[in-house]
Amino acid sequence: MITAPARRPTQESAHRIWRSYLYWTHIYRRTWRASIASGFLTPTLFMAAMGVGLGTLVNHHGSSAHQLGGVSYLDFIAPGLLAASAMQMAAIEGMFPVMAGIKWIKFYQAMLATPITVTEVLYAHLLWMATRVAMVSSIFLVAMFAFGAPRSAEVLAAVPVAVLTGMSMAVPAAAFTATRESDQALIGVIRFVVMPMFLFSGTFFPVTQLPAWLRPLAYATPLWHGVVLCRSLSLGDASWASSLGHVGYLLAFIAVATLVARRTFSRRLAA
Amino acid sequence: MFPESPLIQARALTKRFGSFVAVDGIDFDVAPGEAFGFLGPNGAGKTSTMRMIACMSPVSSGTLRILGMDPITDGPNIRRRIGLVPQEDTLDLEMTVLDNLLVYGRYFDLPRKVIRERARRLLDFAQLTDRANDKVDPLSGGLKRRLTIARSLISEPELLLLDEPTTGLDPQARHLLWDRLYRLKQQGVTLIITTHYMDEAEQLCDRLVVMDKGRIAAEGSPRELITRYSTREVLELRFRVDDHAPLAAQLAGLGERIETLPDRLLVYTDDGESAAKSVADRGLDPVASFVRRSSLEDVFLRLTGRTLVD
Ligand SMILES: Nc1ncnc2c1ncn2[C@@H]1O[C@H](COP(=O)(O)OP(=O)(O)OP(=O)(O)O)[C@@H](O)[C@H]1O
Ligand SMILES: [Mg+2]
Repeated sequence: MITAPARRPTQESAHRIWRSYLYWTHIYRRTWRASIASGFLTPTLFMAAMGVGLGTLVNHHGSSAHQLGGVSYLDFIAPGLLAASAMQMAAIEGMFPVMAGIKWIKFYQAMLATPITVTEVLYAHLLWMATRVAMVSSIFLVAMFAFGAPRSAEVLAAVPVAVLTGMSMAVPAAAFTATRESDQALIGVIRFVVMPMFLFSGTFFPVTQLPAWLRPLAYATPLWHGVVLCRSLSLGDASWASSLGHVGYLLAFIAVATLVARRTFSRRLAA
Repeated sequence: MFPESPLIQARALTKRFGSFVAVDGIDFDVAPGEAFGFLGPNGAGKTSTMRMIACMSPVSSGTLRILGMDPITDGPNIRRRIGLVPQEDTLDLEMTVLDNLLVYGRYFDLPRKVIRERARRLLDFAQLTDRANDKVDPLSGGLKRRLTIARSLISEPELLLLDEPTTGLDPQARHLLWDRLYRLKQQGVTLIITTHYMDEAEQLCDRLVVMDKGRIAAEGSPRELITRYSTREVLELRFRVDDHAPLAAQLAGLGERIETLPDRLLVYTDDGESAAKSVADRGLDPVASFVRRSSLEDVFLRLTGRTLVD
């Protein structure tokens, strides 16, 4: 028998999370080329069509330049899109692979027959989701530079903010998915939660353009906090106080969602 | 630990799902090196029991000790030392046969070199070496099952849990699997097997419990159970009638006991041939009549009034 070197329980647990994480890196070896290619394609298409194409119209409209705070439309939406695409991608990563783990392929069950625990399986998968969002957001940032969108070097901090924004969607999505029997409801979530958030949380136009009664809803979405913070980092007008406020909101959202996910995962996988 | 102390000890072991009781206060011990079986029909509570032993499902009440440890506090340490072949395969169908072993091996804290070495040996053992680099998806049920067993052995467990290892396989595939399991037993691995096939239980188990509706109905070696709950032989009779029940009265006194099934009558006796002769003497004319040895199926029928596989 091979005996493991002595570790403290928390170290043991961290090590098991790492071992579970290796599953994801293994799977990724099959798809990384395609995923990097599409990682460049998406922001390029968005920025070309919306930032440059649509932007030409917006920029020539006197009052809209004022609404946007005197910046070009490309500079305005590029950082917003960074946060919004992180959210959208994370939502999908938080749903379908989780369903695969529980039902379609059952790799969660396979892991749970080994020393790895349910919480560790969850944490490893969340860590992988964060890794994926970080990769895609970094690629997005490179594309932003290619379009000349960022106005400040602070934009580098927008990548971790995009990761937090993504996780604020991925964790609740994973928690919810663990309560479902099929992907039917997941498609509903994309249509009725992810898409409206994507469109109305300040990515494409300031939330102040929304009817007054709708604005509080937009402010409550984690995406709005991510969009606003990424934008001010890219434009170079971020203040410490508001930045910490946004980050705090995102972290709190993720923390609560993680507690819920621990419960739904345990109920589903360790009943 | 004393050598004779049990590997698994369950007392009043209970599993509830909401108000439904799936496992209803069962007691059993499993000794090191033993092949121990749970024989029971669908819904008997076999998988629920297995999952508790595998520390994948918390005990609702009662006590369970595995390898001298408590599943509540020592789950990871127990699972490190046991292998699980779940009822439904959890293989990664998109991966190759070999990668399934390598990735699974990493979940245990094993060095890559050791995993590779063991994977090679296990592929050999499971007769899958020439399929090592094939995807799992197109493999037959028997090959997948063999891979699942190989995978469960990557950590060299002392205790192997097999939840219906051969359900859904053709006879040839089943016999091959039985042969592999027999070899593991020879190597000293303790086996726990659930099944609803009495032939499987007879082939593999040193000792078994008959389980029904969450309870243990009887416990012993296959031989003991048959001797205790059945006769040496059974005469099976089929008549050209829709309902066999009325005919049972006409067979009264032929054997120790008569069981009436919808499609046949079973006469329990130590001498089947002479019982068959008496049937003819009584002027009855069955379309089919044959004598066989008693099996665990008969034990189950006796204990529960039902057949195992329906
Ligand atoms: N997670 C669960 N939630 C609710 N009920 C459950 C759950 N798992 C099992 N049951 C119920 O508990 C009972 C025992 O199930 P179990 O799977 O242990 O039986 P089994 O002997 O393995 O049967 P089979 O031969 O069909 O595999 C069944 O009635 C089943 O419906
Ligand atoms: Mg079962």
